[in-house]
Amino acid sequence: MKTNKGLTLAYWVIVALMLVLGAIGLYWRLTFGHRLANYGQLIVWGLWVAMYIYFIGLSAGAFLISALVYAFGVERFRPIARLALFTALVSLLVALLHIWFDLGHMARFYEVYTRPNFLSMMAWMVWLYTGYFILLLVEFWFETRQDFVRWSKEPGLTGAISRLLTLGSKDLSASSRARDEKVVKVLGTIGVPLAVMFHGGVGALFGVVSARPAWHSGLFPLIFLVSALVSGGGLLTAIYALLAPNRGTAEYQSLVRDLGKLVLGLVLLDALFTFAEYSIALYGSIPGDVAPLLAAMTGPFWYVFWIGQVGLGVVVPVVLLGWNRTNRNPFWVGVAGLSVVFAFVGVRLNIVVPPLSVPELRGLVQAVPSARMTTLYVPGAMEWFLSIGIIGLGMGLYALGYNLLPVKPQAAKEA
Amino acid sequence: MPVVQEMENALVRMLDDLERALQKPPSERRWGMVIDLSKCVACDACTVSCKAENKTPPGVNYTVVLKEEVGTYPNVREVFLPRPCMHCENPPCVDVCPVGATYQTEEGVVVIDYDVCIGCRYCITACPYGARTFDFGEWYTEGTPALASYETAPTFEYGEERVRTDGVSPEGNVRKCHFCLHRLHEGLLPACINDCIGRARYFGDLNDPDSLVSEMLRERYSFRLKEELGTRPKVFYLS
Repeated sequence: MKTNKGLTLAYWVIVALMLVLGAIGLYWRLTFGHRLANYGQLIVWGLWVAMYIYFIGLSAGAFLISALVYAFGVERFRPIARLALFTALVSLLVALLHIWFDLGHMARFYEVYTRPNFLSMMAWMVWLYTGYFILLLVEFWFETRQDFVRWSKEPGLTGAISRLLTLGSKDLSASSRARDEKVVKVLGTIGVPLAVMFHGGVGALFGVVSARPAWHSGLFPLIFLVSALVSGGGLLTAIYALLAPNRGTAEYQSLVRDLGKLVLGLVLLDALFTFAEYSIALYGSIPGDVAPLLAAMTGPFWYVFWIGQVGLGVVVPVVLLGWNRTNRNPFWVGVAGLSVVFAFVGVRLNIVVPPLSVPELRGLVQAVPSARMTTLYVPGAMEWFLSIGIIGLGMGLYALGYNLLPVKPQAAKEA
Repeated sequence: MPVVQEMENALVRMLDDLERALQKPPSERRWGMVIDLSKCVACDACTVSCKAENKTPPGVNYTVVLKEEVGTYPNVREVFLPRPCMHCENPPCVDVCPVGATYQTEEGVVVIDYDVCIGCRYCITACPYGARTFDFGEWYTEGTPALASYETAPTFEYGEERVRTDGVSPEGNVRKCHFCLHRLHEGLLPACINDCIGRARYFGDLNDPDSLVSEMLRERYSFRLKEELGTRPKVFYLS
């Protein structure tokens, strides 16, 4: 792959810096527990929970796009299918690390396996993730097995890793490839309802909380699914448009164009869902329903909604992907994808924080003389650093995998 | 009857009710609280007695008194609302716990098993009354030469003797009012009931028609918070 050497170096420098910050954050988290966290008694979930649903969304979205190819046979997207699977794996890891550090007792996470309460959406989620994680690993292995066998002969790290990952398999026959494809199709197909369940389940985790009117909506699981597809699609589009090895070919041009259309459609659908959610609640003007929405739109972080969610999340991609001066240019399509990827951090923060910022009873904030009983939440340095470190770890693993594993976008003929 | 004597009588009566209830099997008791808002002066004696009893750290509050100014000057009045855990018959916090660490006892009290709770705080989001708080591991006297003894003395919540220590449960757990179960089982009233200066708070067995609380609920108009959510609190307010 001919990427700019300077850019590659810059990427690794950034990853290294992120890991250094992460190490500081990790030290603080492990030494001082939750004391340095800025989430409090009212806004009990903060940056880490938002990041968790963000990366879970990316994972589910990327996986569902891979399923277009593996389960539904949409060959059009074959070149990015493996990359989508790999993206789903790394995002899942980043998501789960975030939520793990958010626990009050990290060492007790196993209890969700040993004594689950299946009335809790959270228990369901953990069980479904576990199934999903195993499925991802197995599906990825069968999809790439023959490449590992072929790459085993390569010198250096690539060969060594490939030899390890063949797990002893040497079969390069067409019949074994046919078997692999069959397994991948079955797993990809099972994965679809699984992904719908776990990510719809994340939406339901919020949706079932009747104490928080802004979450308690039947639309929530559906919005989560659509927004997963938007963010996952945006990320894959950006990576393919900006990094594909076959840039300049007609095939590349047309696939970028199609990915752009897919993302545009999903962005519009997501905007429609969000508009429905907001407009219905605002029209009803029940104070408990309206307050969290106003907190997002007119509160101290209004720009997360207007500039992030609406600007970068809807306006920029719709213009770039809708206007025929830009939607044929892979660079701008890639920028539109990146814009969506960044905007969704804001979307996730606005799902978690404003609904929690409204006290459950009037006077609750004044009644408790504690700095943690506050309607204002700004993540603390420990939260930022640890989150940046986890994302840096994900970016590092992603780049390593991108270079050492058979996941690069392929030309359709090879695949 | 002089006011002081009436108050004393209520206390004696509640202790008798308690003793009677304790003779029944636990599943036949149904602990409940009645709070007479017309008697509450928002002195926060309940808040403080709860802190003293359970030695809760900064930010962790089992019961608080909400205060609100109603009207515009000069037509103003203040309204007060003491808010312990409602110990709902249908508690939304219990359903959402991924590990079943929080549950309803046979006596209808919503409790938390500190040794099981993973500290995910999902239950805090699910409580419509803000009755749950997270133990962030903070101390009132941190940064002073030594932690004050009132912070390091053992607590007896849930009948377990614990000395709060950094990184050890209940730190990192969600915590809440438990109707002072450890006192109840020793024949004592919850701390907030004992210490209310105006006798605004009453406690007893709702299953016992002869208990003071049952009698008050029969004779006076009462309401519960956020009735529309179907949580069916066992804390009743008299206005």
